[in-house]
Amino acid sequence: MTTSPIQKVAQSTPDGVAKKIRGLSDRTIAWIFVAPTIFLLLAVNIFPLIWTIRLSFTNFRVNRPNKDVEWVGLRNYERILNDPDIWETMQATAHFLLWTITLQVLIGFLLAFLINKKFRGNDLWTTIIVFPMMLSPAVVGNFWTFLYQPQIGLFNYVIAFFTGVDPASFSMIGDVHLAPWAIIIADTWMWTPFVMLICLAGLRSIPDSIYEAAECDRASKWRQFWTITIPMALPFLMLAVLFRGIENFKMFDLVVQLTGGGPGNTTTLTSIDLKREAFEKWRTGYSSAYAVILFVTVFGLASIYVKALNKVKER
Amino acid sequence: MTNFITGLLRLRRGAWEALASVLIAVGVLMLMQPFTIALYSYSFIVILAGTVMFLIVSHFPE
Repeated sequence: MTTSPIQKVAQSTPDGVAKKIRGLSDRTIAWIFVAPTIFLLLAVNIFPLIWTIRLSFTNFRVNRPNKDVEWVGLRNYERILNDPDIWETMQATAHFLLWTITLQVLIGFLLAFLINKKFRGNDLWTTIIVFPMMLSPAVVGNFWTFLYQPQIGLFNYVIAFFTGVDPASFSMIGDVHLAPWAIIIADTWMWTPFVMLICLAGLRSIPDSIYEAAECDRASKWRQFWTITIPMALPFLMLAVLFRGIENFKMFDLVVQLTGGGPGNTTTLTSIDLKREAFEKWRTGYSSAYAVILFVTVFGLASIYVKALNKVKER
Repeated sequence: MTNFITGLLRLRRGAWEALASVLIAVGVLMLMQPFTIALYSYSFIVILAGTVMFLIVSHFPE
C-alpha cells in the first residue's frame, strides 16, 4: 500500500509534537497561522502611528538624541494651526488636488469612452496611452523639466505656435503663477491613463443588452449616455477619484523633481513641507504633529468617501 | 428633516453618519480655504470631532 505525502509527514513528526498538535482546537490553530500577520501589521503600521502621536506632544529632535525630551502638550498643534506658511501650503495642495482630479477624471473618462469603441488599432492605442503611467516619477520629472525649458523646451514652442507669444518670454517652472499649472499638467499627463483604465473596466462591465433595450425604446445616444453609461460607471469613477485623491495628497517625488517646491513656496505641497520640517529642520515633534493632522484629514475624507461608494454600489 | 432628527434622537446610524460626514467636509473646507486664518485654526478640531464621531456611530444600529 502506498502512503501519501501527508501521511509520510505525519509519521515522521515526533510523538511529543504530534500529541501537542492533536490537543489544539481549530481556533488555536487558526490563531497560530494569523498571529505572524497581525504581529507584522502591528509592528509596521500601528506602532509607528502610536509613536508618532506620542512624539507630536513633545519637543523631540532626532538630531539631538541626548537632549532631554520635554512634554509640550498641544503647543505643536497650536503653532501649526496658526502658521500662515502652512496655511498657504494647504491651499497649494487644495489647488493641486482639485485640478489634477478634475482633469484626470474628465480626460480619463473621455479616453476610456473612445477606446471602448471597436476600431482598428484599438490595442495599440491603449498601449501608447498607458505608457506614461509605466515611467518612474523621477524620469517624468526630468522629462518635463526639459519640455518646460524656455529656450529649448518643446512645450513653450507648442504654446508659441498656438498663441503667437515668444517662447522665451515665459518659464513654466520659474513663474509664480505658472509653476502650479506646470505640476498639474505633468501629473495629469502621467496619471490620466490610470483613471482611463479604471473607467474602461467600468464601461466594459455594462452589458450590451441594456443598450439594446434602450435602442428598442428609441432612446437617443445622449440619453443612453446620461441614464445608462454614467450611472453604471459611477462606482468606478468614484474609485478613481478616491485613489487619485489619496495619492495626490501625498504627492512628493514628481513635484520635487520638477520645481523643488518653488518658486518661493508656490508649489510646496504638504508632503514636501513635512519632509523639510522633519529631515531638514529636524523638528521631529513638530513634524509628527503635522503628520497627525494630515493623517486625520485623509482618514476622515476616505471614511466618508468609502461610505458614499458603498451606497452607490448598493443601488 | 423630521426623519433626520428622529434618527439622531433614536441613535440611528444613517443620521449620525450624515452629521459626522458634514463635520468632516466642513473641516476640510476650513483647512484649505484661502479667506481667513481663523477658520484654518479651528479646522483640525472640527475634522477630528467628525472623524471620531464617524468611527463611533458606524457601530450604531441601522
